[in-house]
Parts: sequence; C-alpha cells; structure tokens
Amino acid sequence: MKAIVHVGLKPGVLDPQGRTIAGSLQNLGFDEVKGARQGKVIELDIKGDDVEAAKARVTEMCEKLLANTVIESYRIEIEA
Amino acid sequence: MRTAVIVFPASNCDRDAQSALAKITGRDPIMVWHRETELPDVDFVVIPGGFSYGDYLRSGAIAARSEIISDLKKKVEKGLPVAGFCNGFQVLTEAGILPGALMRNKSLKYICKPQPLTIVNSKSRFTTGYNGQKDVTFPIAHHDGNYYADKKTIDRLEKNGQVVFRYNGNPNGSINDIAGITNEAGNVLGMMPHPERAVDPLHGGTDGIELFKSVLGAL
Repeated sequence: MKAIVHVGLKPGVLDPQGRTIAGSLQNLGFDEVKGARQGKVIELDIKGDDVEAAKARVTEMCEKLLANTVIESYRIEIEA
Repeated sequence: MRTAVIVFPASNCDRDAQSALAKITGRDPIMVWHRETELPDVDFVVIPGGFSYGDYLRSGAIAARSEIISDLKKKVEKGLPVAGFCNGFQVLTEAGILPGALMRNKSLKYICKPQPLTIVNSKSRFTTGYNGQKDVTFPIAHHDGNYYADKKTIDRLEKNGQVVFRYNGNPNGSINDIAGITNEAGNVLGMMPHPERAVDPLHGGTDGIELFKSVLGAL
C-alpha cells in the first residue's frame, strides 16, 4: 500500500515561500493567482492491506514526526 | 564544574561551544555523540548550532527524536540547566522542551551577521551576570530563525518573563522580535544568536561570556 502524506503550514501561519511563488506567477502574467501556499508530500510504502489500520498508524507518524503540529497541518491519502 | 555538548551529524558549532565552555570552566566539556543513550552526570548541557541531519524534514526535527534527547528531557524535568543555540534552539522546540517553532526567515534568505540584541529579562538564570547591561551583540547565522507560536503561548511567555532576548532590529520576522526564550521553570534557554561565538576578542566581541558565567555561576 502507499500512503501519501500532504504537510503544509496551517492557515494563518505566514508562508513567505508561498507568497514569493504567488508573486512570481503574477509577474509571469498569471493574474488569476490570488495566493499560494507551499507544502510537501511524503510518500510511504507500507506493509499490509488494512486501510483503516494504516490510516491510524500514519496519523501517529504525522503526530510524532512528519508534521510539526505547532505550525503545520497534514492530510493522509491511502492508495491500496 | 562539568559540562557536556551533544554532537549530532552535521552539528558545526559543537567545537565553538566546546572551546567556550573550556575557556569559562577551565575544563574540557564532555562531547556526547548522539548515539549515546544517556547523558553523563554534568551540571550544564549545550545543544550546539549547525545543520543536524542536513535539516532534512525540518530543522532539528530528526535530532529531536534521538534517544539522547529523550534522556535530556527527563533530566530537564529534574532541573538540569540546558542551552540550545541556533540549531540547538530548533531541536529544543521540535522536542517540545520549549514552546513554539522556528520557521523560514521572512526574507527567505540565510542571514549571517553580528546582531544587536536587548536583554529583556535580566533576572533569568542565563542573564544575571550582565548586571543590568541591556545591549549585547551576538552573531546570528541562520535560515530558519523566524520564531512563531500561537497568541496564547506568546502572551504566556511575555507574562512569565520567559522572553529573555529580543532582536534590536528584527532580522527574520520573529513574533515580538523574540530571539531567545526559556522554559517555564527557567532552566532551559533556546536562542537563535550564538553567544558561544562571542567569547574572545578575536570573535569580534566578548558579550557571550557573561551568559555562560551566569548559568555556571548560578549552579
């Protein structure tokens, strides 16, 4: 199974990299861009085939290491 | 007076901390490799600056999950004095020993320069030796020094006198110009500037000496 973890700064936390990306896109003429937030994606290869169990374990991984929940939030997708 | 410096892969201010502690205590600190599981019996521990684990995932994140830091946590609860400078501050926040987080500098640039600071709390365990002196200059050298915490935490830090150093001219976007904080008990200091690199006239300044004398003298 694959678990895909999206980690990004929480809403309200200033994201200077996202802001710079949005500015650069606007400079390139993409005027429709109102803002950008940058995050990261972590793909995990996971043993077993119990999706619910995997979700619970990956949540624990996010809380313990993958995200710093002081500033970041996360979202988990499991691909069977 | 026994001291220790924890060394992680890609720590790079461990030797600066070593020579600062040796100069001030007259005795070489114990250099503790991160694979050790228990700290030696010492009076003061420094977590040095650098780029532990190449700043992979987040600055300080991997180092904060090492066994030696679990042991440090237990000893901090018993009152062991600890200071983390630069990456050491990042490790302390990632480990949950100090509140908040250090984010990318607002300018997105790595900043390396002498930085004027104001001592906000001169009664902390790390600043009593300054005898009321308010202005000091320590070097800064960081990419992720932008201190962030939610409003409730910031209010609590300010109210308790846990904000010990503020930037005089905010270089990185830190909330309330915060450059260094202590835990609630006051035995742990985390700061982005480098007092260990301001202990010899050849460093360009010696403002860091009193910080070490304060914590070591207060033991």
